[in-house]
Amino acid sequence: MAVVTAPVEHGGMIVAPPTIAAPAYRGLWSWFTTVDHKRIGILYGVSAGTFFVIGGIEALVIRLQLWVPNNTLVTAQTFNSLFTMHALTMIFLAIMPLSAAFFNFIIPLQIGARDVAFPRLNAFSYWAFILGGIMLNVSFLLGGAPDAGWFAYANLTSRQFSPGPGLDFYMLSLQILGVASLAAALNFFVTIVNMRAPGLSFMRMPIFCWMSLVTMVLLLLAFPSITVGLILLMFDRFFGTNFYSVPHGGDPILWQHLFWVFGHPEVYILILPGMGVVSEIIPVFSRKPLFGYAVMVYSGIAIAFLSFGVWAHHMFAVGLGPLADAVFASTTMLIAVPTGVKIFNWIGTMHRGSVSFKTPMLFAVGFIAMFIIGGVTGIMHASPPADLIQHDTYFIVAHIHYVLIGGSIMALFAGIYYWFPKMSGRMLNETLGAWNFWTFFIFFNLTFMPMHWTGLLGMPRRVYTYGPELGVTGLNQLSTIGAIGLGFSVLIFVVNLFLSLRSGDPAPDDPWDGATLEWSIPSPPPVYNFARIPMVHSRDAWWAMKHPERMHLDAIEVTPLAGGPAHATEQAHEVVATTAVSDVPPVIHMPSPSYFPLLAAVGLALMAVGLLVADTAGPSVIPIFAITGLVVLLGSIYGWSFESA
Amino acid sequence: MCLTLCVGIAVLLIAGCEVTPQTAFNPRSEYADEGLSLFMLTIYAGVAVGVLVEAILVFAAIRYRRRAGDRLPPQIHGNTLIEFIWTTIPVLIVAWILFVTLPVIFTSQAPAPQPSMLVQVIGHQFWWEFQYEDGSVITANEMHLPVGRTANLQLLSGDVIHSFWIPALGGKRDAFPGHTTNYVWMTPNSVGEFPGQCYQLCGYSHGNMRERAIIQTQAEFDAWLAAQKQPAAAPADGPATEGSQVFVQKGCIGCHAIQGVPSAQGKVGPNLTHFASRGTFAGSLFENTTADLRRWLKDPPKEKPGSVMPNLGLNDHEIDVLVAYLQSLK
Repeated sequence: MAVVTAPVEHGGMIVAPPTIAAPAYRGLWSWFTTVDHKRIGILYGVSAGTFFVIGGIEALVIRLQLWVPNNTLVTAQTFNSLFTMHALTMIFLAIMPLSAAFFNFIIPLQIGARDVAFPRLNAFSYWAFILGGIMLNVSFLLGGAPDAGWFAYANLTSRQFSPGPGLDFYMLSLQILGVASLAAALNFFVTIVNMRAPGLSFMRMPIFCWMSLVTMVLLLLAFPSITVGLILLMFDRFFGTNFYSVPHGGDPILWQHLFWVFGHPEVYILILPGMGVVSEIIPVFSRKPLFGYAVMVYSGIAIAFLSFGVWAHHMFAVGLGPLADAVFASTTMLIAVPTGVKIFNWIGTMHRGSVSFKTPMLFAVGFIAMFIIGGVTGIMHASPPADLIQHDTYFIVAHIHYVLIGGSIMALFAGIYYWFPKMSGRMLNETLGAWNFWTFFIFFNLTFMPMHWTGLLGMPRRVYTYGPELGVTGLNQLSTIGAIGLGFSVLIFVVNLFLSLRSGDPAPDDPWDGATLEWSIPSPPPVYNFARIPMVHSRDAWWAMKHPERMHLDAIEVTPLAGGPAHATEQAHEVVATTAVSDVPPVIHMPSPSYFPLLAAVGLALMAVGLLVADTAGPSVIPIFAITGLVVLLGSIYGWSFESA
Repeated sequence: MCLTLCVGIAVLLIAGCEVTPQTAFNPRSEYADEGLSLFMLTIYAGVAVGVLVEAILVFAAIRYRRRAGDRLPPQIHGNTLIEFIWTTIPVLIVAWILFVTLPVIFTSQAPAPQPSMLVQVIGHQFWWEFQYEDGSVITANEMHLPVGRTANLQLLSGDVIHSFWIPALGGKRDAFPGHTTNYVWMTPNSVGEFPGQCYQLCGYSHGNMRERAIIQTQAEFDAWLAAQKQPAAAPADGPATEGSQVFVQKGCIGCHAIQGVPSAQGKVGPNLTHFASRGTFAGSLFENTTADLRRWLKDPPKEKPGSVMPNLGLNDHEIDVLVAYLQSLK
């Protein structure tokens, strides 16, 4: 148990910080047993970064193969694995865990909590994620990586048309990753709902917490759909059922529906956290509150709700019929509205502000610029007859990368530059940061802007080569050069990271004049985060505590028609300079480290191993591994339930 | 017509004054025209909105950048009227796009007008099969159509999901195994050869699964169809005759049908009755030349990864005579 003694106080001020009586964290083993949300956040971040590099290398090989027509750098089989794994890695092992790194590190700090609601479940989520990610990638060495696309349409994925183990790795790794995501979603949902500091009402909550809360709901409701789809696939591939096989009464379309009911909310899962990050950064670097906070919250909720009604816009070529096409075209057009107004709110925040272009803001504004482009092409796909020209061509590849790299990745890079000082106690180098941003921005556009033309000249997606007569050779070469440049930009970032960790300027508690509570504690934070839990009186709580004149007077405000300073119906709110509503406890009890979360994750992974080795070791290993794994999993949960907290 | 002209001009501007063979900007049927006009509408709207919003963003970034001595800016929290306006305008824009889109969805997916000619388009790994007149003509890779007549293409699959698209003829549609209700119909308005390929990942040689639409005058088409209905010509000279025997001995008949050769009834691979009348083969991947044929017969999976046609271990002489035989199947 980590025992922390109270800070020493004198006259209402803290003169000596609390001390940790028993050293909680020492050595490598402590990383395996940690339940500290900050350390888990770092684990997620480092893992996501590593997988991002792996996914990037996969992309580079793809682009090199496509340098000229009829190239022979890699075989068709390898190429199909590459684009499949590139997408799976970037979506499930890079963007989502990078968002999770921020959920973990930042959410408790922003809501004034000392940790998440379920610290051991939190650790379990991380270990399940990393084991799932390793399992997926180990497929390269064990008979072949999945090669039917990240969307793995049936019936190409049947045992008949994909006899190798690749799809089995796909199916089982995604199930494990799904468990990790669901556990994390439950955890953060409860944390945000239950553990906010006194006075921190929902409409005073930092917008990043709001977007995260909405993301958690999306995760909880979307993952079950793909879980079911994958279970049916597992049964088809291992136990002779025919859910997706037509001769026996099944239908491949079933997979498409189950996948996309997950898949569309998934893309909002990928973008909403980034939007939350950017919504934090722009006000801070414009020295103005977020324009239209309430609408930003409601539009996030609207996007989440509507996202479950648009999935078949991925299926406009399937032949669902004009009525289905018409309905999904309508809902897709509709969802563009709450997504689009967010852009205006961000610009409205900068308007009449005092905008400083430190690296976080460079990436945040770059995000807006790129997301506008991705959003606009998204509307072009929303009209089915128009989409039948764009579908499954490089035009779509252009769109998805504008929203995923220009959108999610740039927003998350903004978050890295913004919160790195808080997480590490060092500032990232500004010069290298600017180089990182500009090379990223230029080479990103060089890679993906040409793809709009490549697609409209008729080059399909997911092809390992193309004919010279298509006229897309030059465009492909531009994209390849851009991709190499992007790799170079990421290298600059990695250099910045390592140099700054070693010898960057020490970071103050509050390098940016931040608005939210994480900036009120040291960089990096002590293990207990807050010596005393803050009492919150306003949105942008830290701005309000530092500068009472910047305090929002109430959650809902009345603004005059012509704009200008807000004023509300008068309510007597006094900001008390030393708000000691919660006394500092004599002992701060922090959650104890535990090896059970790691063990439980191992048990979960073990359950899957039997199915993966059944080809070579015989079908009898399936129940052996399943039962052993289940015993380890249940035993670990039992162990952690009765462990002292 | 006028719309097509405007679209054409805009297209040339956008596509850089080049009409490449599979470009989306070369509509040659009413179905293609319709889809492209709608797409152009979304492009114009999208580019206009995009440029405007980017400009506002850049303006804000420059105009409001921090200067030395800046004071705390006015702490504006929002403005209900402005937010209402900038929500309503996008709603109106998307409503307009939707208003123009919805009728096109229904008209383009209505049953084909009569009279129309039914062509069955069957996707396989990794080639396209075309059947006319209830299977009395079975061919592969090249779909002949008469100009000015409505063709109703029924999309089918023999194995996995494929997607059929000839950009010049209009929007794509998937071909599903077990589904018989996917149709696209169009009336080609120009003669010529228009390429396309498969647009749904279907395996290793997805990128090698190509096809051509050959639009001909009615007279040419009628002549072609009549010729296709004839059984295969008997081999005239020595090598071709020997080739026809090798064709049986080496098991080609297991997968390939040749009308007029009773033992050749295989339905796995393309019907070869009039192989020599085609300009391309192997899923339109290769030109129908002696050199390409020899290379293909030597080792099909090497030329086309994942090809269902195996390496038959043919020696050079066997290949010589087979090529002679295939080239006699006019």
